[in-house]
Amino acid sequence: MNAELGQADRGVDPVLEAKDLVKHFPIQRGVVVKRTVGHVQAVDGVDLKLYPGKTLGVVGESGCGKSTLAKLLVGLESPTSGSIKLQGKEIGNLSNRRMRPFRRDIQLVFQDPYTSLNPRLTVGDIVGEPFEIHPEVVPRAKRAGEVKELLDMVGLSPDHVNRYPHQFSGGQRQRIGIARALALRPQVLVCDEPVSALDVSIQGQVINLLERLQNELGLAYVFIAHDLSVVRHIADEVAVMYLGKVVEQGTGPEIYDHPRHPYTQALLSAVPVPDPDLRGQRDEIVLQGDVPSPIDPPSGCRFRTRCWKATDHCAEEVPSLDVGDNGTHPTACFYAEERDVTHAVK
Amino acid sequence: MAETVRVIGDTLPGADFNSPLLEVDGLHVEFRVRGERIPAVRGASFTLEQGRTLAVVGESGSGKSVTSQAIMGILDTPPAKITGGAVRLHGVDLLEQNEETRRAVRGNHIAIVFQDALSALNPLWSVGFQIGELFRVHRGTSRKEARLKAIELLDQVGIPDAKNRVGHYPHQFSGGMRQRVMIAMALALDPEVLIADEPTTALDVTVQAQIMRLLKRIQTERRMGLILITHDLGVVADVADEVAVMYAGEVVERAGIRDVFKRPAHPYTKALLRAIPRVDTVGQELEVIGGLPPNPARLPGGCPFHPRCFAAEDKCKTEVPPWAEPAEFHGSRCHFAEEVYADER
Repeated sequence: MNAELGQADRGVDPVLEAKDLVKHFPIQRGVVVKRTVGHVQAVDGVDLKLYPGKTLGVVGESGCGKSTLAKLLVGLESPTSGSIKLQGKEIGNLSNRRMRPFRRDIQLVFQDPYTSLNPRLTVGDIVGEPFEIHPEVVPRAKRAGEVKELLDMVGLSPDHVNRYPHQFSGGQRQRIGIARALALRPQVLVCDEPVSALDVSIQGQVINLLERLQNELGLAYVFIAHDLSVVRHIADEVAVMYLGKVVEQGTGPEIYDHPRHPYTQALLSAVPVPDPDLRGQRDEIVLQGDVPSPIDPPSGCRFRTRCWKATDHCAEEVPSLDVGDNGTHPTACFYAEERDVTHAVK
Repeated sequence: MAETVRVIGDTLPGADFNSPLLEVDGLHVEFRVRGERIPAVRGASFTLEQGRTLAVVGESGSGKSVTSQAIMGILDTPPAKITGGAVRLHGVDLLEQNEETRRAVRGNHIAIVFQDALSALNPLWSVGFQIGELFRVHRGTSRKEARLKAIELLDQVGIPDAKNRVGHYPHQFSGGMRQRVMIAMALALDPEVLIADEPTTALDVTVQAQIMRLLKRIQTERRMGLILITHDLGVVADVADEVAVMYAGEVVERAGIRDVFKRPAHPYTKALLRAIPRVDTVGQELEVIGGLPPNPARLPGGCPFHPRCFAAEDKCKTEVPPWAEPAEFHGSRCHFAEEVYADER
């Protein structure tokens, strides 16, 4: 699993590192006497490393566990097992009180800019609220100025501090959410589908903003999205998730130009390309059926029920995320083989 | 598929088969809210022929969904009011028909697939009952027979084990399967026009590919006219024959699929195409359209796109641009359509 080390500067320690991260949600029946009848295996053994100033993209379809992963990383859920290290310090199993000082360094940007802002608070209160919880960051007297500076940083007019969220458009609200996340000067931002609720013309504005902030502040991003072209644009490294597991991980060109896992190939081939000349020319892999339930995932390789390459071997053994024979990027498949599904797109 | 012979004149008196299948002509819709009149659609025009796919593209608030609801005749009136224009099906203006005829047209001639299948289906009835309802209400079919027809339709849209699934309720289906149920309902009465309003927006990409393939197959089999309403230019490039781009309630550009993507004649279309992240934008700043879509209650004067336009000049602020045709079958509502088309702007 040293493939991703090669991509970052050697000698630089990852700012965020997860090892064998597992989150199972118990399913309980009964009103008085609760008994556990099963588990939703939302995240099941995920390893990742994030280096300062870099972006790790996480892609996958709904139900693959990418949002649960985001919550685990920022400490909104505690993992069933495994470890999360922030700047070398274990934060995975801390109590709420002991977790608090670490929350400063890792913040979350939510998907829905309509429900993630309190409609009864002014923008100034929303962006300044983190200072109430972490008063040591900015002295009280300087807070108002700091809030204005934050608004300016994300491209909103500082004069708007007294407005309410409903007075802003979707893209502007997402900027407010980003300003709030930046208030405590974190090292890491976990962005959970930050642009999927926005129109195309606004999406680009928010992506550009995130990239600019990364350059200016040296932030590291975990960028979770289902839109593969957006992730390709922003990420240095991409992890593809399926049913709680990472099935393939590599740099942008490795994943997009040289995909080796059948699921990655199917996912890439399903993305429609905005060029009518390529109609019917693409290597189209249409998967059958839906993603199986994470309550009772298939044995062995979780993708085998929809995979055209599956054999008995896939049902018996779980493929590990291994580096290929020639040192190619890690792929969790017994029959990993490169297939250029986007060649026509270039 | 059991082919039922139907005489179109039965449900649509006065139909003229030399006219285009569906023609939207200068449609105006406004909403009356708190004494204010807010224009949602301001003179949208386009034509759909049999067996063709027209993509209506635009951002939220551009009026694309309101246009489709006006065609279907399912606008909430009030607050909405159709204040002008015509929607002609085989030359018959639907806006002038009484409610009885419109009811007959819905489902029989024009059907719609909504974006959110979960809220479009009734959670209290089985999907088989809801599909069968169309046959019972429109055709007076018996319950038993309607159920059989529902099974047949579910099978056609690729729902496995249709015989057992027919008695299931919407919540028992996954997102992709629910969208298939919606499509089955829309197809039940064999319509000539199918409107798909963001049919795959709520779905994952692999499921989206399945649904688009299904829609395309069915359209070809039945020679339907398909209006695809979407904001995803990738999907448009994949399936559409013609494109109408909407902005601030107007169709700002209308052309064949290749022309729109290769030689756009409106700055908005051009900017929209540039804003999509592509392989060659990796590591670069995305070109974006600055500013925000206009508030329909307070549209800017002149061309409504001028505050965000890279080609705007002084006259764009005051003069409403006319409909220009820089090439055959390629129209654009821009003062500089010729120059944008020739890539000089």
